[in-house]
Amino acid sequence: MITIRLNGESKAFAEQASIQDLVGTMDLEGKRFAVELNREIVPKVQHAQVFLKQDDEVEVVQAIGGG
Amino acid sequence: MQSESIISAPLVVAGKEYKSRLLVGTGKYQDLDETKRAIEASGAEIVTVAVRRTNIGQSSDEPNLLDVISPERYTILPNTAGCYTADDAVRTCRLARELLDGHDLVKLEVLGDQKTLYPNVVETLAAAKTLVADGFKVMVYTSDDPLIAKELEDIGCVAVMPLGAPIGSGLGIRNPHNIRLILENATVPILVDAGVGTASDATIAMELGCDGVLMNTAIAAAKDPVRMAYAMKLAVDSGREAYLAGRMPRKLYASASSPLDGLI
Repeated sequence: MITIRLNGESKAFAEQASIQDLVGTMDLEGKRFAVELNREIVPKVQHAQVFLKQDDEVEVVQAIGGG
Repeated sequence: MQSESIISAPLVVAGKEYKSRLLVGTGKYQDLDETKRAIEASGAEIVTVAVRRTNIGQSSDEPNLLDVISPERYTILPNTAGCYTADDAVRTCRLARELLDGHDLVKLEVLGDQKTLYPNVVETLAAAKTLVADGFKVMVYTSDDPLIAKELEDIGCVAVMPLGAPIGSGLGIRNPHNIRLILENATVPILVDAGVGTASDATIAMELGCDGVLMNTAIAAAKDPVRMAYAMKLAVDSGREAYLAGRMPRKLYASASSPLDGLI
């Protein structure tokens, strides 16, 4: 197992888990979201090819109400 | 509503035409249904959204904001609200662009202080430079300082949006003279963003010659937000028409409206 920071919280994932695997645990089916890995955007088309490493910092964001 | 002889030019932002000069936010509504109805009543075509972590602000069984305010129907304007550094604002814009499949129109705001939510113009200028260089079309929230407004335009922002008063204060256009100075020098659209409290405030902004008004709280915090949204639509249209019509000069003394000749 590896430990990463996901949206500021510590989470454990299997080694070789991809961004796509991570997103799959987040109930985001059919929703618009964006992923940043260690402060760099990970484009949607690369989600299956980018793998998580120990201590990665991942942000997953969506649009909500705001002015 | 408009007679055929009166056709007002559209608002043009980053090369795209908009009939409505009212831009609205989507925050502070009771629920997404109220959000949807208020935005429809406002007639707005450009609608701001915030970008937040997925575990914040929305429960997973609730529909997504963008299902209700669809990017096919509206021009979505992601903001950088809550960012206090240029770096965070730039990150947020890049996330928004990814979220919206490459859509690159953003509302940049970099705040300086939690109590006033006053813009930090030093960080705003730095973020604007980075974003413009990165291909973003930047609509920028700033103070009502005419020199900073001009500098943001020179950097390449597609619209400059000075505050009328602090965000969410509802105090109205506190310094109309500065807004006029900004307008005099501008070659990009100038929109008042923040400070509007009621319909007359929006009209005043438009009568000054602003190209549009952006607001959120004035609608969302009204007792009847849907009705206030409609009032704001009328207010912005009225102010625009009055500006184009050109107001009469102010005079100290009366001037009779009825002829003086032929009195009995």
